[in-house]
Amino acid sequence: MAAGLLLLALLAITIGPYPVSVVQVVDALLDYAGGSAGETDAQLETVLFSVRIPRVLAALLVGAALAAAGTVYQGLFRNPLVSPDILGVSTGAGLGAAVGILMSMPVVVTQGFAFAGGLGTVALVYAVATAVRGHDPMLVLVLAGVVLGALAGACISLVKILADPYDQLPAITFWLLGSLAGTQPGDVWSVLPFVAIGLVPLVLLRWQMNLMTLGDEEATALGIDPRRLRVLLVAAATLMTASVVAISGVVGWVGLVMPHIARLVVGPNFDRLLPAAMIMGAGFLLIVDTIARAMAATETPLGILTAFVGAPVFLWLLATGRRSW
Amino acid sequence: MSVLRAEGLGFGYPRFPVGRAVDLTLQAGEIMCLLGPNGCGKTTLFKTLLGLIPRQAGRVLVDDRDILSLDRRHIARVMAYVPQAHSTVFPYAVGDMVLMGRTAHRGTFSGPTREDRDRATAALAQLGIDDLSERDYTQISGGQRQLVLIARALAQDARLIVMDEPTASLDFGNQILVLNEVRKLASAGLGVVLSTHNPDHAFTYATSVHLLGDGTTQAAGRPIEVLTPGVLSRVYGAPIAVERLPSGYNVCVPTGLSATHET
Repeated sequence: MAAGLLLLALLAITIGPYPVSVVQVVDALLDYAGGSAGETDAQLETVLFSVRIPRVLAALLVGAALAAAGTVYQGLFRNPLVSPDILGVSTGAGLGAAVGILMSMPVVVTQGFAFAGGLGTVALVYAVATAVRGHDPMLVLVLAGVVLGALAGACISLVKILADPYDQLPAITFWLLGSLAGTQPGDVWSVLPFVAIGLVPLVLLRWQMNLMTLGDEEATALGIDPRRLRVLLVAAATLMTASVVAISGVVGWVGLVMPHIARLVVGPNFDRLLPAAMIMGAGFLLIVDTIARAMAATETPLGILTAFVGAPVFLWLLATGRRSW
Repeated sequence: MSVLRAEGLGFGYPRFPVGRAVDLTLQAGEIMCLLGPNGCGKTTLFKTLLGLIPRQAGRVLVDDRDILSLDRRHIARVMAYVPQAHSTVFPYAVGDMVLMGRTAHRGTFSGPTREDRDRATAALAQLGIDDLSERDYTQISGGQRQLVLIARALAQDARLIVMDEPTASLDFGNQILVLNEVRKLASAGLGVVLSTHNPDHAFTYATSVHLLGDGTTQAAGRPIEVLTPGVLSRVYGAPIAVERLPSGYNVCVPTGLSATHET
């Protein structure tokens, strides 16, 4: 699967208005790795290293992170209909970005706002849920997420009304639908550490994640502490989502559907589900993003395409897959 | 030293007490049957004994130490829990489900080892369901799921197994299989406490019985001594007689109605 993903990435790099062959890409990459970057044609080098490769890497990273976060959220909430947005991370990030755009901040600051908005919203949701006692803790958490998410959504609408309709409003709308069109060469590197930090607990706790899906009482009886693990896992999945959403905008569907597709293929054991979902998420978003930049002269937002491409794939798997969930 | 002891235990929920003043002691090698009518709080009592829900009064001691002072991994290595047969949200393979019983024997960040897989396979084989190993837990029958949960508890290698109505969804043959297995575990030195709706199980298998009703203990002790027709009839609210069969088994039968005979 990983080899297929690599091939897919190479092919994706060749696609675009400036024609490049796979051989040229491999040549350029080898030159780059060998430290003799100067031998490559300057124009080709710009296309590859400033535009295509950063964008392909960003698509892979965003897809993998969203799929991983979705897998964890679905397991923790014991609900296959849950997406990473359930605790308001995307809406919070959207609000942060909208405020950044409204204040005409530079892109980097807007990304920082989005990141902070996503993390802050989930932290607030968790704080509210912890303060409310005497009810089923998971239910309170979901409800707090829905309520605060709706509140953040209302704030986004308010910002949209205040925004300049010719300049800022389209930018906000475009951001909320997700796109990698504005990917800068440095974006992947600034986000990668956060994704990596978020991934560490997921990888280390991948066996315990299986027990979390049985519910708190059974998990406790089997010898783990679900409350502590949940805080850690939610924090990790939220960190991953918030950091990638900061560079891609709100990309729906990947975090909801990729875990399903992975589960249909490899089963629910996190040992195999997590890597499978990440590879599939990365590949899926790469394909979708390549379509987004190659299909028409203007960029198509990812949020639209993920659903257009993902829905038929999902329905096909649903109809032909043998595994239940 | 008792493996598990409850002293003056009150259980239930803060504004909804279920039971009170329950004292019980379980030694290694003992089989205790918990009896009681529907809704008397057998499951709630079990969850309180296991420390899964907070107790409302009294104490629970594991190896003579308060359960609140022990961490969950330690408790899981002493006590295994077999919940009533349920389904899971995700279709785990039966083998993986049983493997989860090994978690308490591994570090927080490590998954199951070769040894754990062998132990899980052995537990499945012990109950004669090793052929289910690759099947999805969500797609087998309720009785099979119950056996899988028992296999998981066996794989947990605890000294005490708490079973919540282990025979409720089993056919007659599997009831005998499970209860014979329980007896074997007890003779191997494990303690077992199980709840059941069938008092006959207490007569046949239990070394002690605990009868719960009206939120507290109605009778406790050796089954044949404390499960009298009078106590059973009162707690279950139906006329019940205890009869001794020529084979030596004691059985409960309803009285006051004519049996259907083929004459």
